[in-house]
Amino acid sequence: MSISEMTALELGRRIRSGDVTVLEAVQEALDQIKKKEPDIHAYVTVDEEGALKRAAKVQAMIERGDLKGPLAGVPAAVKDNLCTKDLLTTCGSNILYNFVPTYTAEAVQNLEKAGAVILGKTNMDEFAMGSTTETSAFGVTKNPWNTDHVPGGSSGGSCAAVAAGECFYALGSDTGGSIRQPSSFCGVTGIKPTYGTVSRYGLIAYGSSLDQVGPVAKDVSDCAAVLETIASYDKKDSTSIPRKDLDFTGALVDDVKGMKIGIPRDYFGEGLDGQVREAVMRAAGILKDRGAVVEEFDLSLVEYAIPAYYVIASAEASSNLSRFDGVKYGLRAKEYEGLHQMYKKSRSEGFGPEVKRRIMLGSFVLSSGYYDAYYLKALRTKALIKQAFDKAFADYDVILGPAAPTTAPKLGESLKDPLKMYLGDIYTVSVNLAGLPAMTVPCGQDQAGLPIGLQLIGDCFQEKKIIRAAYTFEQTFTRREER
Amino acid sequence: MSRQYETVIGLEVHVELATKTKIFCGCSTEFGGEPNTHTCPVCTGMPGSLPVLNRQVVEYALAVGLAANCQINQYCKFDRKNYFYPDNPQNYQISQLYLPICHDGWVEIDTASGKKKIGIHEIHMEEDAGKLIHDEWEDCSLVDYNRSGVPLIEIVSEPDMRNADEVMAYLEKLRLMIQYLGASDCKLQEGSMRADVNLSVREAGTSRLGTRTEMKNLNSFKAIARAIEGERARQIELLEDGKKVIQETRRWDDNKESSYAMRSKEDAQDYRYFPDPDLLPVVISDQWIQEIKSRQPEMQPEKMARYQKEFQIPEYDAGILTSTIHMARLFEKTTALCGKPKEVSNWLMVETMRLLKEHEQTPEDLSFSPENLARLIALVDEGAINRTVAKTVFEQIFAQDVDPEKYVEEKGLGMVSDQGALRKAVEDVIAANPQSVEDYRKGKEKAMGYLVGQTMRAMKGKADPGMVNKIVKELLTK
Ligand SMILES: [Zn+2]
Repeated sequence: MSISEMTALELGRRIRSGDVTVLEAVQEALDQIKKKEPDIHAYVTVDEEGALKRAAKVQAMIERGDLKGPLAGVPAAVKDNLCTKDLLTTCGSNILYNFVPTYTAEAVQNLEKAGAVILGKTNMDEFAMGSTTETSAFGVTKNPWNTDHVPGGSSGGSCAAVAAGECFYALGSDTGGSIRQPSSFCGVTGIKPTYGTVSRYGLIAYGSSLDQVGPVAKDVSDCAAVLETIASYDKKDSTSIPRKDLDFTGALVDDVKGMKIGIPRDYFGEGLDGQVREAVMRAAGILKDRGAVVEEFDLSLVEYAIPAYYVIASAEASSNLSRFDGVKYGLRAKEYEGLHQMYKKSRSEGFGPEVKRRIMLGSFVLSSGYYDAYYLKALRTKALIKQAFDKAFADYDVILGPAAPTTAPKLGESLKDPLKMYLGDIYTVSVNLAGLPAMTVPCGQDQAGLPIGLQLIGDCFQEKKIIRAAYTFEQTFTRREER
Repeated sequence: MSRQYETVIGLEVHVELATKTKIFCGCSTEFGGEPNTHTCPVCTGMPGSLPVLNRQVVEYALAVGLAANCQINQYCKFDRKNYFYPDNPQNYQISQLYLPICHDGWVEIDTASGKKKIGIHEIHMEEDAGKLIHDEWEDCSLVDYNRSGVPLIEIVSEPDMRNADEVMAYLEKLRLMIQYLGASDCKLQEGSMRADVNLSVREAGTSRLGTRTEMKNLNSFKAIARAIEGERARQIELLEDGKKVIQETRRWDDNKESSYAMRSKEDAQDYRYFPDPDLLPVVISDQWIQEIKSRQPEMQPEKMARYQKEFQIPEYDAGILTSTIHMARLFEKTTALCGKPKEVSNWLMVETMRLLKEHEQTPEDLSFSPENLARLIALVDEGAINRTVAKTVFEQIFAQDVDPEKYVEEKGLGMVSDQGALRKAVEDVIAANPQSVEDYRKGKEKAMGYLVGQTMRAMKGKADPGMVNKIVKELLTK
């Protein structure tokens, strides 16, 4: 097995045993990056020099016995909306084209403490707004399975980098499906944890009440290990929740006997691609074969999730993004007269069309006279959606469905019709509105050879249940494929 | 002017809280410091940074709210007020709109026509902005974020005041209350207390409110009083001319004693307030409220009454002694040390006030220790120094907090009680002033005073005047 084919945990084991050095692992990843980046463009910034320096340091620490964790020395990539001290952090936006943070995001710091070597920063839809990674100001990322197709988004760079072997795992962020949907499109595994599980400190905010950082990896085990590493209670994030059940790798159990799995009928209606439906139902069958109790049920309110999500996320974004004004950091227009024009020109030049669209939408729904009709109504809808999930989780341990209605669309197709693109988020956004954990696991391919992802949703703080179901599915599915 | 007008005034008072750290980060709130040295990613609006509420801010806000008889929102929230300005690094201010921490309270003030309750509409918590400095030389503006994130409370009154005197009394009441609570030093000049005045006029006897204006940039009690008079006159003049008052924000220029319009209601901004998703709602338990209540200190009216009763201090004096918490503390501590409340009161009321005035200082600036004042009082009491010398020594205590015993000893200011030396001094004076002796003997009583004075002068004030008097009289009548 070549190094680049190894999972993160496998590589970690080899590094600890001395089979592979950290430098060799980093060099291998850098070689893959050199080879594949011209076609894929998963990274905005590759920090070759920093990674090599860090590799030597980590190697020494492992040899001294200062680093013993399963991910020590394993090279990783970080989405470009997570602040990294002294390393360019653009959020995929021209307005931050030159922004070098003065501090490192808590989740990344947790990785570094565990001995991770950061290879660079991955491409993303501008400010995480988009489902294709085409709205980045620094070029389009392509799907490693077929470069005529998008990788999904907004964590498209992270998912493509993992799928292409340009890193061993990556961090993404998920506000409305930004980890789960591109994981589905790229055939990798990703988790959006319960809101409050991973610190948002240093994550450049899109929709603060919905944003969560999460892992993107080659398999369920890697995902659980990375989540275990980045999850922590952080006093710097008021929405961080102290939890004692962060030993997610303990849930890697190949057994679902007696587990109650609900399949929402509402997720299998109009708009769902037939091949996706088939693959997902086949996955449900596998879990049933393994002893799970699988039932269909009506979740309800599914059609209200998208409008509620776009109102809330855009409202928060319109305020979150107002700090990008050319005064303190980032892009400032070259020529302007007076303060007002400096603001206007800097922001006009700095933001792309999708970001502008959402800032305008968000500003509108918060304006006096519209606040109650849109923003408050969306918040009420959010509460009702949470109630619908509460009701479902009274009956089921895990909810199973597709991560996206289709496989990866062709490049350029989605942005032509933003509304249709928004509708593609139908299976993912309600999870963020309800603050739930959910993950995507590959469950097959369509006839064109593009990956299909299975989504498993858990109740708040029930990551272990979805990890267990995902692991059991993955193990069984792999055994069957190999047969 | 044929019609009679009534002025209706409401106040928005911003008070900077006395916390050691800022409202949403750990940076120091201390004044001064090089620009942008008391800053971090949070208070400079760095991408990805998040606010964390300082509990002490809630405690101070609760203390003020409870002292102002407010209802407490036991579930309160922070909202974002969105507007672009460079002194505001996030381009939104974290404040409270929908669920402010306190509402519907009142404070009582003394007016010409007796006691009056002024309603408190609400009290909310918010963050201060940074400071813009315009560099004329370079023709650019610089921002200092040291003040960005300093905690404020805004106390919004009901439109219950009718003239400048009532406004002064209300502000004085708030200042005293908040100072006593230790929640702020409330210095108008230094900006730790700022007031915006909402004012309208209406024909006397009518109940409908007139159109109001909001006056900003009022840096002293005097400026507020002048601005109220100026704005009242301006609005009445408009109405008398058959014109309308426009709802607008105006800026007071105290040098010109006039105001100008900053912005009218029409171009008022839409702040697009919404709950800040980065902060959790603040849940205030009954127990927490009880804790704050049990910690509330004795307030000024009670203290003043106690001084009159416990120490037999006259009402006027008790009022002065309790007019700042600094003065009251000094009085109480010194009294506890020397057991002579009237003496202490006397030193504070007369000499201390005189020196403060002379140095253009306020009681907050007092820096001498109660121990040294108590020692001075004891020295006078023991007869070790006379009052004249004591005043000189007190000036040193006031200025440098000297130990009076040491100072008296070092400077040789102790009283001369040696009978022989005194008698010798008096004899010398009598010998040197035969004319005065002659005058006295002819019946001019005044002449004796002159001789006593000359003796005191010769003794450099260190003699007991009573004793000198006795000896002079004795030698003259011999
Ligand atoms: Zn700070």
